[in-house]
Amino acid sequence: MVVQALKDQGVDTVFGYPGGAVLPIYDEIFQQNDIRHVLVRHEQGAVHAAEGYARSTGKVGVALVTSGPGATNAVTGLTDALLDSIPIIVLSGQVPTFMIGSDAFQEADTVGITRPCTKHNWLAKDTETLSETIHQAFHVARSGRPGPVLVDIPKDVQFASADYTPPQAAKTAHYQPQMKGDIEAITELVEAIEKAERPVFYTGGGVINSGPAASQLLRELVEATGIPITSTLMGLGAYPASGAQWLGMLGMHGLYEANMAMHDCDLMINVGARFDDRITGLISAFSPKSKKAHIDIDPSSINKVIKTDIPIVGDVGHVLEDILKVWKARGRKTNKEGLAKWHAQITQWKKVDCLSFKQEGKIIKPQYALQRLEALTKDMDRYITTEVGQHQMWAAQYLGFEDPNRWMTSGGLGTMGYGVPASIGVQMAHKDSLVINVAGEASWLMNMQEMGTAVQFRLPVKQFILNNERLGMVRQWQELLHGERYSHSWSEALPDFVKLAEAFGAKGIYCDNPDDLDDAIMEMINYDGPVIFDCLVEKHENCFPMIPSGKPHNEMLLGEASTQGAIEAGGAVLV
Amino acid sequence: MAALKIKKGSTKHSAYNLRPNFSDVQETHTLAVLVDNEPGVLARVIGLFSGRGYNIESLTVAEVDHLGHMSRITIVTKGTPQVIEQIKAQLGRIVPVHEVHDLTVEGAAVERELGLFKVSGVGDKRIEALRLAEIFRANVVDSTLESFVFEITGAPEKIDAFAELMRPLGLVEVARTGVAALSRGAQ
Repeated sequence: MVVQALKDQGVDTVFGYPGGAVLPIYDEIFQQNDIRHVLVRHEQGAVHAAEGYARSTGKVGVALVTSGPGATNAVTGLTDALLDSIPIIVLSGQVPTFMIGSDAFQEADTVGITRPCTKHNWLAKDTETLSETIHQAFHVARSGRPGPVLVDIPKDVQFASADYTPPQAAKTAHYQPQMKGDIEAITELVEAIEKAERPVFYTGGGVINSGPAASQLLRELVEATGIPITSTLMGLGAYPASGAQWLGMLGMHGLYEANMAMHDCDLMINVGARFDDRITGLISAFSPKSKKAHIDIDPSSINKVIKTDIPIVGDVGHVLEDILKVWKARGRKTNKEGLAKWHAQITQWKKVDCLSFKQEGKIIKPQYALQRLEALTKDMDRYITTEVGQHQMWAAQYLGFEDPNRWMTSGGLGTMGYGVPASIGVQMAHKDSLVINVAGEASWLMNMQEMGTAVQFRLPVKQFILNNERLGMVRQWQELLHGERYSHSWSEALPDFVKLAEAFGAKGIYCDNPDDLDDAIMEMINYDGPVIFDCLVEKHENCFPMIPSGKPHNEMLLGEASTQGAIEAGGAVLV
Repeated sequence: MAALKIKKGSTKHSAYNLRPNFSDVQETHTLAVLVDNEPGVLARVIGLFSGRGYNIESLTVAEVDHLGHMSRITIVTKGTPQVIEQIKAQLGRIVPVHEVHDLTVEGAAVERELGLFKVSGVGDKRIEALRLAEIFRANVVDSTLESFVFEITGAPEKIDAFAELMRPLGLVEVARTGVAALSRGAQ
């Protein structure tokens, strides 16, 4: 019944790990060929792989885990998906209903544990309603602001048989989030666009979640109005990096021009982003001169952090379509004189060239490694995942994304260990594409067991490890904030990554010389199979630009010279 | 400030025609939340308040529509206007929540609470307690030679006042239900 429900929901791939409490479902999986099951090596890997699958396809990702430890291992992935609004379903086994509450073997209060880290969850108490519950779970995961859901299925419920409810018959009526934006607010925004002298689009993951049509509409609106656009980490690719109005990513490690534009604008149009603290910096000094519009499908995002002048609750795609319609109907007006001055100012900011670095000598700069990776792969059918830390920020800065769903990273939760399993999930969905996990050595080790999955399922994922033998971002903060006392932020006793690759049955490549880098990257790309690329980089490189904790957007640090005493005591308590 | 009524499925409401001020003034609001009567729904609501650091001054819950499996949760909460708006929006996104009403801003509402007070004493104190109970229209629901249990219904302030008066007269134990509230009028 579970497998039938998954099939009817269009599921073709499930990431999972068997155990006592899910054996009946695994027995069903054994007896069919429509759904591929990918055996991971750890349940956290299953959930991140489902996330990677979901982010790169726009479909709902599915993970299947057993009771107790299986379910608790899924918690990090669920929380990650909750913070980044990724639609996934976790089906967990549970001890039989008559044993619930008895501290049975591998029993955990899964529904209780996962309640705060799912959008919704269910304990399926009887087989009669099981199929309907699974259909409802898919509906909740993908509707409105997407998110993770969990269905906990006791073993006796899996064994029993009952009538199957097809998806069309499942009751989903009451959970129907608002899609269309309020037309009065949209008109107010269009009026503001017509008058604005210094407007900026600030877009986020909501554009990606709304679907490819939303990205198309965004591009059309940006090109037609000539308004510059910046994006959060989660929204990269919605507007192409090669686009004329592109300012680059904003935020703590965003580009100078993007953050300055946010600070000095007179109209900020937030499209599917949520004023995260990595974006706003010091809230009291956040974009002080601007009127702020906020388009979000989740009413609770609006006015949560930043006071909004023009709130629009609705799906980004629907709202952008209406904005375009209204703007065109009113005669396609913009403040041409103001925009020209604004673009001149932006050109000045771009001259700062905040991402410049010097590649000198025989040590590879991490920025250089990514610059070369970009140069050699940008025209390929490429998907990028990342771990969390400096390498993630550099990847966001130095890699260009032309399309949505090509960039999978853990934004809100910042989950180290996300990238390896996510790359596997992406590669499962895009068998013939180039999937690269840009990693740091420390993050990479957190879920490296999933290399076994990659080898078993012949998934040619490329693990591009920028190895600085440090927890780079922690080290950077300790340098700037804690008097260069590098408490436990170095990676000692690292494995030999080439040998490790060979031990897994993958290919290992080592590179520590900038002159060899291009050849080594090409070798990685051309190898038909999974690769672990150990790229030894400069150990003490810091990630700039940086908005220090407790500072506004216009007080960015641009390089080593500007870091002295940059973070005051008040900023040090912030994360 | 207009009321935010999050009614799921409605395309009519422009959820944020209100422009909340970000003032620091603490306000007390009474919220009525209509939910599916299913396991864990109360835990979701309480978990939201504890997880996000909101206050609960009082909370009552009971099934109000047996056939429709609906319960009504009445929550009295305190916070700045911004926090109150957040609480309502966050409640609205819980999947089994159907409606969130802010009775404090949606027009006049009646609020009632039931309290049980055990007062023990003899002589003058006992007589005084009984006399005050009559003034407050409290009922005696249990009596021994040296104690009473009073039942009193009313607005929370009335019950507070009664508690203050009973304290010096031998108040032993109090049980209160928390606030149940409905908007006034035909709708």
